[in-house]
Amino acid sequence: MSSETKQILTTDGIPLEVSLKKAEKKNKIKAFLLVAPLLLFIIITYVFPIGDMLMRSVDDKMVTEMLPKTFKSMEKWDGQDLPPEEVFEAFYFDFQKLIEEEREGKLSTQLNYTKNGFKSIIKKLRRKSKSFEEGNYKEQIMSVHRRWADVEYWRAIKRRAPSYTYQKYLKGIDMYENEKGEIINVPEDRRVHRILWMRTLEIAFFVTVFCFLMAYPIAHLLATLPMKYSNLLMICVLLPFWTSLLVRTASWMILLQQQGIVNDFFVMIGLVSDDNRLEMMFNKTGSYVAMTQILLPFMVLPLYSVMKTISPSLMRAGKSLGGTPFVAFWKVYFPLTIPGIGAGCLLVFILAIGYYITPALVGGASGTLISNQIAFHMKSTLDWSFASAMGLMLLSGVLVIYWLYNKLVGIDNIKLG
Amino acid sequence: MALPKYTELHYRIWHYVYLTICAAVFFFLVAPLFVIFPLSFNAEEFLVFSDGMKRLDPDAFSLRWYQDMIYGTKNPWGLAAKNSFIIAIFATIGSVILGTVAALGLSSRHMPYKGLIMAVLISPMIVPLIISGVAIFFFMAKVGLAATHTGIVLAHIILGTPFVVITVTATLSGFDHSVTRAAASLGSDPVNTFMKITLPLILPGVISGGLFAFVTSFDEVVVVLFLAGLENTTIPIQMWTGLREQLSPTILAVATCLIILSTLILVTAELLRRRSERLRGINR
Repeated sequence: MSSETKQILTTDGIPLEVSLKKAEKKNKIKAFLLVAPLLLFIIITYVFPIGDMLMRSVDDKMVTEMLPKTFKSMEKWDGQDLPPEEVFEAFYFDFQKLIEEEREGKLSTQLNYTKNGFKSIIKKLRRKSKSFEEGNYKEQIMSVHRRWADVEYWRAIKRRAPSYTYQKYLKGIDMYENEKGEIINVPEDRRVHRILWMRTLEIAFFVTVFCFLMAYPIAHLLATLPMKYSNLLMICVLLPFWTSLLVRTASWMILLQQQGIVNDFFVMIGLVSDDNRLEMMFNKTGSYVAMTQILLPFMVLPLYSVMKTISPSLMRAGKSLGGTPFVAFWKVYFPLTIPGIGAGCLLVFILAIGYYITPALVGGASGTLISNQIAFHMKSTLDWSFASAMGLMLLSGVLVIYWLYNKLVGIDNIKLG
Repeated sequence: MALPKYTELHYRIWHYVYLTICAAVFFFLVAPLFVIFPLSFNAEEFLVFSDGMKRLDPDAFSLRWYQDMIYGTKNPWGLAAKNSFIIAIFATIGSVILGTVAALGLSSRHMPYKGLIMAVLISPMIVPLIISGVAIFFFMAKVGLAATHTGIVLAHIILGTPFVVITVTATLSGFDHSVTRAAASLGSDPVNTFMKITLPLILPGVISGGLFAFVTSFDEVVVVLFLAGLENTTIPIQMWTGLREQLSPTILAVATCLIILSTLILVTAELLRRRSERLRGINR
């Protein structure tokens, strides 16, 4: 029998397989068209801007555009001895153009980032270059200041030739590239960012641990109590969950202040004396306490939804087979809750690592996290490219955890409330 | 949780220790919210319980901070509340429409690259707000929407849609697709089917997603801090400024109002969730 006779045809004479495929394709397009508006919206307003952050963080076109001729002529220079006359000539013309546009100040700031000492010699060059004669620019520029005759400074200029740089990322982990192109640590007393990264990880880790330790018993209680009691108690979890973050932070500010209720209580029970009240705000303690309470519902809810599915007969079976309640719990119940533990811990860790508002309000100087540093550079120093670089370093960490979460829990298994 | 009579003593003790731990955790969760109530009625300007309040002296309580919140000349709470509501309402409408339509597509079994697309759509919820804030600020500044209501509404739509997508896809997962096929076989066009059959059935999910989107927008401060100008101030921005500069009892009056609002939203969300579970025949 030939294959054609085997084929089933629809009423209009098209083979069924083809017709089904067509319908399938139509359905695919239909489904995709429904998702398309939101997908496009998110890509344009959100995914691309994050890409834009990436561009900003590595962008170093400013100097490249200011000294186009210089960098062109430097291509042939090997960087061993002083550059040849043509480089000096090109630099002179670029520099004259910058003076016309009044941008030589910006150049000096930028070059000073690469090597200290450019500021004064550029100022001096600006003054002296007015009276330069045509030809032999090498001699004339070198006579302005002895640093212009130092090959190190020309190498520093050459290092700014590429339009892209990873300097901001190095700065984010307290490293930099020295004159020889080696990547080294900044002096110990200036390593601010590593401390912040470590502190962010530390606080996120301990907040996750505290949340887990507190959430596990109450999630268990909620899952095992009869419905009418557990619904009432569930409100205690959901009310903070729905309440404004700022309201919750405000209440911690009131509670933890030196004249606050927590200190009053400690004085009352004689833990501390009245004139020796604890400082629990504007330091790490403040961040820990407030963040744990705020993030606790995010741990309780996934744990609860997993525990709800565990049949109580399993524990009974464990006990009837001779296990003590503790053994039955540890060998039967606990392993079954591991998916919930994973989901809750990853969720809390992700949220804690990027926390901004609460540490900024109750954390003081010793309780602030990397997010606060990013905001500081966005709003105060206006070093947006550095803020972008730090943001992306944080983001890459979060994405790794997000990926893990997706692997373990599945992103479409997130439950809300 | 009554224990059987034959329970041994040390398990009995352990059981009560466990209940005490649970009570302590519940106290830790909820108690902080309740300090705000009494202090917002404080007659004095300090954020501590005065001796009069401890004695429950009626003179120690007053409504002056509520008056200050509403009529105070220096306080921009009126403008902030108006902005917050306008922004949150439009952001909710936008999120609900975009999110519901996308969820319909995502729960179709024909949807290609479902996992990847879902991951992209959910990402605004996962990415730390500070990063979202920076990225959205760059975008809005580029298209000239920084410091406008439109810009903030768009930003909040970005942050709100993941919640709608999640709740609506969850509702749709228990949805019986044969009803839409039945409608189609009876001659209904897809739009009519959606409005008359699908939407009423998934409405609880849509509304609870909308509530999430509303709360997200109403409570959002990090992104607004980057985007807002003076005229776009919102309640969270005012609270943020107040908490950083001078912690006045007026903030507690506002906070009390916010707690009442969130209680109302919580009750609505809970009722909807139960209704939805009842409708979908999930008995727990």
